Amino acid sequence: MGLLSRKVTCNSHGQDSSYFLGWQEYEKNPYDEVKNPKGIIQMGLAENQLSFDLLESWLAKNPEAASFKRDGQSIFKELALFQDYHGLPAFKKALVDFMSEIRGNKVTFDTNNIVLTAGATSANETLMFCLAEKGDAFLLPTPYYPGFDRDLKWRTGAEIVPIVCSSSNGFKITESALEEAYQEAQRRNLRVKGVLVTNPSNPLGTTMTRTELDLLVNFISDKEIHLISDEIYAGTVFSSPAFISIMEVLKDRKLESSQVWERVHVVYSLSKDLGLPGFRVGAIYSNDPIVVAAATKMSSFGLVSSQTQFLLSAMLSDKKFTKEYLSKNHKRLQKRQNKLVSGLEKAGVSCLESNAGLFCWVDMRHLLSSNTFEAEMELWKRIVYDVKLNISPGSSCHCTEPGWFRVCFANMSEDTLKLAMQRLKSFVSSITINNQSHQELKNTRRKNRNKWVFRLSFQSFHDREQEER
Amino acid sequence: MAAMSKIATGNGHGENSPYFDGWKAYETDPFHPIDRPDGVIQMGLAENQLCFDFIKKWLIKHPEASVSTAQGVNKFKEMALFQDYHGMPEFRRAVAKFMGKVRGDRVKFDPDRIVMSGGATGAHETLAFCLADPGEAFLVPTPYYPGFDRDLKWRTGVELVPVHCESSNNFKITRDALEAAYVKAQEANLRVKGLLITNPSNPLGTILDRDTLKNVVGFINEKNIHLIGDEIYAATVFMEPEFVSISEIIEEDDVECNRDLIHIVYSLSKDMGFPGFRVGIVYSYNDAVVSCARKMSSFGLVSSQTQHLIASMLSDDDFVDDFIAESKNLLFKRHKYFTRSLSQVGIGSLKSNAGLFIWMDLRRLLREKTFEAEMELWRVIINEVKLNVSPGSSFHCHEPGWFRVCFANMDDNTMAVALSRIRTFVLKNNEAMVPPRKLCRLSSLKLSLSRRMDDLMSPSILSPHSPLPQSPLVRARN
Repeated sequence: MGLLSRKVTCNSHGQDSSYFLGWQEYEKNPYDEVKNPKGIIQMGLAENQLSFDLLESWLAKNPEAASFKRDGQSIFKELALFQDYHGLPAFKKALVDFMSEIRGNKVTFDTNNIVLTAGATSANETLMFCLAEKGDAFLLPTPYYPGFDRDLKWRTGAEIVPIVCSSSNGFKITESALEEAYQEAQRRNLRVKGVLVTNPSNPLGTTMTRTELDLLVNFISDKEIHLISDEIYAGTVFSSPAFISIMEVLKDRKLESSQVWERVHVVYSLSKDLGLPGFRVGAIYSNDPIVVAAATKMSSFGLVSSQTQFLLSAMLSDKKFTKEYLSKNHKRLQKRQNKLVSGLEKAGVSCLESNAGLFCWVDMRHLLSSNTFEAEMELWKRIVYDVKLNISPGSSCHCTEPGWFRVCFANMSEDTLKLAMQRLKSFVSSITINNQSHQELKNTRRKNRNKWVFRLSFQSFHDREQEER
Repeated sequence: MAAMSKIATGNGHGENSPYFDGWKAYETDPFHPIDRPDGVIQMGLAENQLCFDFIKKWLIKHPEASVSTAQGVNKFKEMALFQDYHGMPEFRRAVAKFMGKVRGDRVKFDPDRIVMSGGATGAHETLAFCLADPGEAFLVPTPYYPGFDRDLKWRTGVELVPVHCESSNNFKITRDALEAAYVKAQEANLRVKGLLITNPSNPLGTILDRDTLKNVVGFINEKNIHLIGDEIYAATVFMEPEFVSISEIIEEDDVECNRDLIHIVYSLSKDMGFPGFRVGIVYSYNDAVVSCARKMSSFGLVSSQTQHLIASMLSDDDFVDDFIAESKNLLFKRHKYFTRSLSQVGIGSLKSNAGLFIWMDLRRLLREKTFEAEMELWRVIINEVKLNVSPGSSFHCHEPGWFRVCFANMDDNTMAVALSRIRTFVLKNNEAMVPPRKLCRLSSLKLSLSRRMDDLMSPSILSPHSPLPQSPLVRARN
């Protein structure tokens, strides 16, 4: 007799994925500039560490918000007792205003339609509980955030069917890919309940084009299904093209009174845009009052601490601060992304052109020993264990083409990034020489050239390998 | 095609229960000593408001506990980034120590078994997900906290089977009752996976004695089912007999117990009065459950800002010792005052030594021994006496006439007003047996679809006695 539930013994929590295994390795041997300079550099964590000074200086200037005070009065007791799942009104107001500001004020959000949750993790799971059950599926474009397997499927019983995107068109969503995914779900006897997209995309770092967004709206209208738009990276768009929210598209197409309006839901969070993942601030925004009502009740299982709501309501209500923060943060992200891209270039590695996010989608296909996922894993293991960089293999993001890796750039100092790029450059050079010398060796044996020259270069590759370790 | 899930559109959230409905009356007409002296006094909310002054004094002396003050800001970045579902080590150590102290240091808790959750609400749901599959069942002694219907069943698909307890033996859990419930579950083709006990009990306010606990442990071991001990009221035991925790029982020499079956739910919402901070804990003696619950805690982690505050506060041994003592003292006094005053007008309640409420016996005021009569009486209490209390039926009590009445969520003045209203009502009732029918025609408080916490919280988030006319928290409400 099984003493525990099937959820305990199955693997749907997704933590046996390489995405998480890489972290475990990092934890065993983390890089530290002083204490562990040969350790593994964490490049698998999509954190934004570039703008804490801005947050800290705001805190220094606003001591009341920090110490449970408002207008000189202590409101500790009121906060300690406040467990209303409708959330602190002042915080919701500040949050919807912030969301609007990020979207260039082209759309506004109603506080009555927002539900606060413990992080986007909780928001996504809650929405899934509201919209789907066992036997249902959501379509997701690949590659996608590995955590979705846990958040959307584990406890809900729902399934994910991939919308396969390919490098041939920059991984954009196409009509045929959508249709193919829908058919696949039907073949698997699954009822398609909706599509979930991440815009800006994790792991691609790109914003969705208007064409793609229009395509999605048409598709969900036609199939009469839901659309969840996970926009947690909306505030990280640092260069053109400008971010277009799904809400903006609906507004532009004057669909507010249509049926599709109530089937579009947005997920938000302050973990990426404000760099506050520890505070567990997530939100569901929906135009369907029934979804809002159900999600609100479910949020009981993961409310946002009132202490945190209060602090952030003060911070986000400070419009001068939010304006400055968003602007400076964008500049810093752009600068840092440029550094990563140029560092990669020097190493002979390219990446998908991106304008958002805290990472780049890096093309290492040319470094694979074969066009297979086994080769991708081989390469990944060498990068983690030998080059000592924790990056995320594309297979963990369900990419259908081997050789792509997500590499984060905003969670470390500039010096650490520089070092990471140097390590990568050395590694790539050594592989290239190795490949070259192997190739030449083959040529020699065929053409009968002077062997001693090439034996020498093969030798020197081995020597170099010893140094890397 | 685009329908929502059955979970979302069904009634599994349990908010149509009268437990939540009564709050509506409070919300439309909340008591305020100056602005609304005839308003409804909230006695349906199990909050602990007695110790805030004590806590505030500590906060003033320790600005570094708030990670966002000048004194704490050097830790801000670290905190803001910390989302490790293992939880901060100092937080876990502090909570483990606190749990030990609350049990008189008779047991030690292992910080590595402390798993976070979104309040006890989240903890219960997580345990249900870990221990049972859809269609399986837990046994729960009645009367029990109405929220369990939502927390254990709603999204998990797990069933609850009541273990009936009777007033004839002060609602003790008997072996017979446990066996009967087990058989009933089997007859209904439900596989029983565990037993959930709340100790100290909500709504009874009593603790389980040693024999009962041993009986319970014996039962679950024999049946090879889990035991979930919800001990969120552990620090509210204000009087003898002393609290005995499941964690203590399993250490006793004469108790044979498979520890893989033992799990404790804890929280700071009742013991410290911090429901807003959402600090829930799953403590399991089963390694696989710890591991799984920890992964699930991603769905309801405690804000690192709050972890830091709690870690600071609960690491202060002197503060904790003083707090536990002071809290007990204030609860004892308030309980004594309340129950004595009630008995003076002939109102009895179950003898209790814990919790933030009493289990009031109003059976003799019932027109007849039915739940309809209980509902009628309840409407009278809300509309006539202007007190929001919780009817026993909402706690799945097997016998009509019992009401849970909270006493720790108001100041002394409000308590005095509540008592005088009760006095007046009882005396009037004694003079002329006012037929409840007549009074009920004056209002029709329908058990309508309700909004739970919004009924409770908006627009007046303040407790009735707050000096501020309107909470600063709702000022921005639109």
